[in-house]
Amino acid sequence: MNKSAKKTIKVLGFTVFGMFFFSFALVPLYDVFCEVTGLNGKVALESTNIEEVDTGREIKLQFISHNNEEMPWIFKPSEEVLDVKTGKYYTTTFYVKNVTNKEMTAQAIPSVAPSNAASHLSKLECFCFNQQTLKPGEEALLPVKFLVDTDLPNNIKSVAMSYTIFDITDYDKQELAMQMNHDSMHSEESH
Amino acid sequence: MSAVIESHDHDHHHGPAKGLTRWLFTTNHKDIGTLYLWFSFLMFLVGGAMAMVIRAELFQPGMQIVQPEFYNQMLTLHGLIMIFGAVMPAFVGLANWLVPMMVGAPDMALPRMNNLSFWILPFAFFVLLSSLFMEGGAPNFGWTFYAPLSTTYAPPSVTFFIFSVHIMGASSIMGAINVIVTIMNMRAPGMTLMKMPLFVWSWLITAYLLIAVMPVLAGAVTMMLMDIHFGTSFFNAAGGGDPVLFQHVFWFFGHPEVYIMILPAFGITSHIISTFSRKPLFGYSSMVWAMASIAILSFVVWAHHMFTVGMPLAAELFFMWATMLIAVPTGVKVFNWVATMFKGSITYETPMLFAIAFVVLFTIGGFSGLMLAITPADFQYHDTYFVVAHFHYVLVPGAIFSIMAAVYYWIPKWTGNMYDERLGRLHFWLSFVSVNVTFFPQHWIGLAGMPRRYPDYALQFADWNMVSTAGAFAFGLSQILFLFIVLKTVRGGKKATSQVWEGAEGLEWTVDSPPAYHTFTTPPKVS
Ligand code: HEM
Ligand SMILES: [Cu+2]
Repeated sequence: MNKSAKKTIKVLGFTVFGMFFFSFALVPLYDVFCEVTGLNGKVALESTNIEEVDTGREIKLQFISHNNEEMPWIFKPSEEVLDVKTGKYYTTTFYVKNVTNKEMTAQAIPSVAPSNAASHLSKLECFCFNQQTLKPGEEALLPVKFLVDTDLPNNIKSVAMSYTIFDITDYDKQELAMQMNHDSMHSEESH
Repeated sequence: MSAVIESHDHDHHHGPAKGLTRWLFTTNHKDIGTLYLWFSFLMFLVGGAMAMVIRAELFQPGMQIVQPEFYNQMLTLHGLIMIFGAVMPAFVGLANWLVPMMVGAPDMALPRMNNLSFWILPFAFFVLLSSLFMEGGAPNFGWTFYAPLSTTYAPPSVTFFIFSVHIMGASSIMGAINVIVTIMNMRAPGMTLMKMPLFVWSWLITAYLLIAVMPVLAGAVTMMLMDIHFGTSFFNAAGGGDPVLFQHVFWFFGHPEVYIMILPAFGITSHIISTFSRKPLFGYSSMVWAMASIAILSFVVWAHHMFTVGMPLAAELFFMWATMLIAVPTGVKVFNWVATMFKGSITYETPMLFAIAFVVLFTIGGFSGLMLAITPADFQYHDTYFVVAHFHYVLVPGAIFSIMAAVYYWIPKWTGNMYDERLGRLHFWLSFVSVNVTFFPQHWIGLAGMPRRYPDYALQFADWNMVSTAGAFAFGLSQILFLFIVLKTVRGGKKATSQVWEGAEGLEWTVDSPPAYHTFTTPPKVS
């Protein structure tokens, strides 16, 4: 086999490995892309503190709850709609009850619509930052303290905040928590 | 280079070895081409049998023949087997037979790897098919295996599915490397790139696409494997992952993959139309540029499969326009084929019939593709039978007709015998009519709102489904005739000349029919 053939094989071999790793690079690229552009309505999973201002306008906030798969807990917002002013902090709660007879752990995942509102939402406190463990029959009111900043595009008059709770009782919880933290590391870099 | 056999086999001289070991240890591009083509035909029959199960169930509304769970397994395996087992290996088989002979090379550049890349394929499909007998049944999540359907909700056999996809990917990648190295380094003196036959060009571009996207497919299934067995959360929202990410990764592979299945068909069609029109191909260099631009554009249109998952307006518009842009080079190709036929002295032998049908029916598939590319319209069409009709038009009378055309066109060269022209034409007309009876009505039931991938449907779709099933069985049975014709040609028939066809041009027509076991051991001169 001549030299140029060997070179072609080498280049192609590297390309194959390169593309394999590129497919994994798509994962952080996708996350960064979504966070920078706020495209998929994902919100940062760590606490941010923003100065309150008085120059805000009135908008409507809607709260939505979902149970993933067969997650048996009762999970619903205490208030479904809230009239708020941008630039101000508000606190609302979600009601949860473990209706089963075993101890269970849940993780809530937030999402915002329209998706370009996501980057204007700051949360000082959210139950979605942590895993929630409830004993059989135990209930709780889980708080979210949030602010919609005044840069929210003018055409947005109402914002929906949706939470889905997942049953993670059977998961390796530390591992999951680490993955979640890992995700919020990215958002720290990109903000 | 092809010395593997010699060390094991004492009565090996210059012809093929005897018996079964000839096929097991062969490093000869013609033998391996033959193996690929027969394997592909076997898979075509297996995948076809599954299609018959699907169509039989859909003959009437209501559940009649199989359980919904089994229906899903048939649907999944049908798609996977037809794509990875029938269409792709058939094109690799054609490349093996034809590329060395067309560029005047003695063999493929890496003959032992060639042997390996073929023989791991039957193994991969054995693993995939054996999942039918495992607990929980075969994969049932569709050929697109969207997570979390293929992770959280998958049957246990998904691990075997992942393993088999890895092997298929390795096989394709090795095949692609072989083709590229052969074309780039083993052309006869004087054959510059822009003098290469179009089939060689089409395969060169296809091979680069394979090198670029098969590793991404491997990455996607590896991530699934890790989610299922190692507790990662690539696609698991509970752990901060995202199922939509799966779709992006999959279609980043998936859209170029559909062009992998059509570019070699473009090459084949160009040869056949030029031969039977007895005219040189119209616009050779624009054909090359069209294929190259289609290949490059195919990397930036993947999200047209995802218009309805919820993308921002800017992305919807970008992917809509980028997709429509592909219609331009595609239109150039269709124009060139028609211009080649224009004022030609055309005869209608079987390969030409299949090639003309390819041009017409593939164009219909291109048009329905354009309709699907219109984002707002796709919100209605997505996941209906309209999409099923679209991709079957580009794949069955598209890719598969081109493969059949190629077999009829080159089989006199391969075997030294002419096929039976009357039977060939009969096979063509049976296939042509039945393929349209099968798939054309699916446009209508799709527009009327019948969703894809369900074993049952609402009453108003009953009539056309019945027609479609009748067409499907007719098409399936016609392919038995194809098998018969091929076997008959292999066993004997009118002797073919070296040139075979009056208007045929190219190096493969300068060697005997059938060619010696080793051709072009000294390179020919191309002027
Ligand atoms: C002018 C060219 C083409 C255009 C504009 C086009 C456009 C599209 C669009 C927009 C879809 C998504 C439909 C939906 O799911 O709602 C689609 C699906 C599909 N196309 Fe095409 N297409 C073209 C050519 C081809 C070719 C040449 C092939 C293969 C040889 C092909 C194979 C497929 C397949 C397999 C699917 C369905 C995938 C699935 O969901 O299972 N298309 N096409
Ligand atoms: Cu596509």
